[in-house]
Amino acid sequence: MTMLDTSSEGTAHATPGIPAVRLSGVTKRFGDGPTVIDDVSLDVAEGEFVCLLGASGCGKSTLLNLVAGLDAPTAGKVEVAGGSAALMFQEAALLPWLTAAQNVELALRLRGVGRRERRVRSSELLDLVRLRDAGGKRVHELSGGMRQRVAMARALAQESGVLLMDEPFAALDAITRDVLHEELVRIRESQSLTVLFVTHNVREAVRLGDRVVLLSSRPGRIAKEYPVSFEQPRRIESPEVAALSVTITDDLRAEIRRHGGQS
Amino acid sequence: MTTVHSDELASLEAGLDALEAHDEARAPRWRRALTTAWPPALAVGLALLFWELLYRSGVQPTYALPSPADVGIVLVDQLRSGTLAEAVSTSVTRGGLGFLVAVAIGTPLGLLVGRVRPVRRGIGPLLSGLQSLPSIAWVPAAIIFFGLGEAAIYAVVLLGAVPSIANGMVSGIDQVPPLFLRVGRVLGARGLASARFVLLPAVLPAYVAGLRQGWAFSWRSLMAAELIVSSPELGVGLGTLLDQGRLLNDMSLVFAGILGILVVGIAVELCLFAPVERRLLRRRGLLGSA
Repeated sequence: MTMLDTSSEGTAHATPGIPAVRLSGVTKRFGDGPTVIDDVSLDVAEGEFVCLLGASGCGKSTLLNLVAGLDAPTAGKVEVAGGSAALMFQEAALLPWLTAAQNVELALRLRGVGRRERRVRSSELLDLVRLRDAGGKRVHELSGGMRQRVAMARALAQESGVLLMDEPFAALDAITRDVLHEELVRIRESQSLTVLFVTHNVREAVRLGDRVVLLSSRPGRIAKEYPVSFEQPRRIESPEVAALSVTITDDLRAEIRRHGGQS
Repeated sequence: MTTVHSDELASLEAGLDALEAHDEARAPRWRRALTTAWPPALAVGLALLFWELLYRSGVQPTYALPSPADVGIVLVDQLRSGTLAEAVSTSVTRGGLGFLVAVAIGTPLGLLVGRVRPVRRGIGPLLSGLQSLPSIAWVPAAIIFFGLGEAAIYAVVLLGAVPSIANGMVSGIDQVPPLFLRVGRVLGARGLASARFVLLPAVLPAYVAGLRQGWAFSWRSLMAAELIVSSPELGVGLGTLLDQGRLLNDMSLVFAGILGILVVGIAVELCLFAPVERRLLRRRGLLGSA
């Protein structure tokens, strides 16, 4: 499923020392179009939470598609421990003809999990995202935040250990987003997940990540990395988050300004 | 410390969920039936009243424009003698059978046109063009090809119904949000699994709409065929009844026939397609609750 380069030295299974996600010199171009992603190399350690940050045109979503195996790189290599990664989108993308529980069960079913096991597992997962009683609800009966939690339960049902998130909270109101940040940090800890989180919200990146990676735009390249050392639980309002956000925002603006200059 | 924090988050979340989720409250069944029943009942009443007034004004002689009561008497007579019941059952059997065969042909055809690009380029335009061809245009050809018989009738029904069923499927496939297919791929659905768990369920509402239209087309085509394709060996259908009324210059019989056709059409619509479609849409939250 994911393009594990078989000519490489070894398999990319979860062994200590080998990162959960490794991008080596990844370049992506669609057809004869411009280069979207240019020579990106990035290691995400097992259990690490990395936020990819950038303005429009930095190829954030393209990068995630590559890691998810939905697309193949033009050059370079994408390795994912265990071979596959779960992906969450900005929209919850729940299937509207299924209930919340059935959406989670579908992920299990497609992995070949048996019926009884599916039921047990899906209610555990809904329990984990605190939607124990909403399993029987249809998608349209759930609020935006609840939908994203079901989507998270569904992603966890893939049991891939690596969770890719493509601006998953961008469409939510600030209060809900704040709660889901806390929820994500809690779940990530309890499930020891590796997370690669794409956002254009600087504070969100600093609030969540162990490391923030700033991408330049057109083509997408890694511009700079920032380790975020202060402990969770953090708050998006805290002075440390604000201070680092100011630094990163300045760098981000400098990146964007380069595109406004004379050409 | 962390558990206290976690409890707080849980109750916060529960509060948010309670504030944002909305349960759909639905009125009791009899109430809904009452509110949906009176407008059409009133409309029918007004139409009858208008008809009666027109009759009394004497714009046309009685043989050309009978009163509602005259038509009612003929209708009751026809019902008593069993002619109407027989005509209805003959036509409904033909229509139903023709429709089922049309579904069996139109469904795979629609899938093929929707999913296989060369097939779509080849026969897609033809298929949508056929939909605008009145099926009565096929009647002479069917008679020459099959002779005056059931085969000619079924041929016309199929030519009328298959394109709309297939087109329903095609437009359903076109309207499937790409996001759903992407989600399917992320979850590991490929090929057949993707069709079964993502594509087909997503297509269902448009497909049912296509079936509904397909039924309407088979019923219409059937009436056109029955009007023209008649021979003593063929049973008497509703269309045949209309033709008999014309030959006898019996306007009441013609009206009774038209009413029969209308009632069957409405009954199938109300009892079969409308509930299925409503249920589908409600489950997906696509039906505004009143």
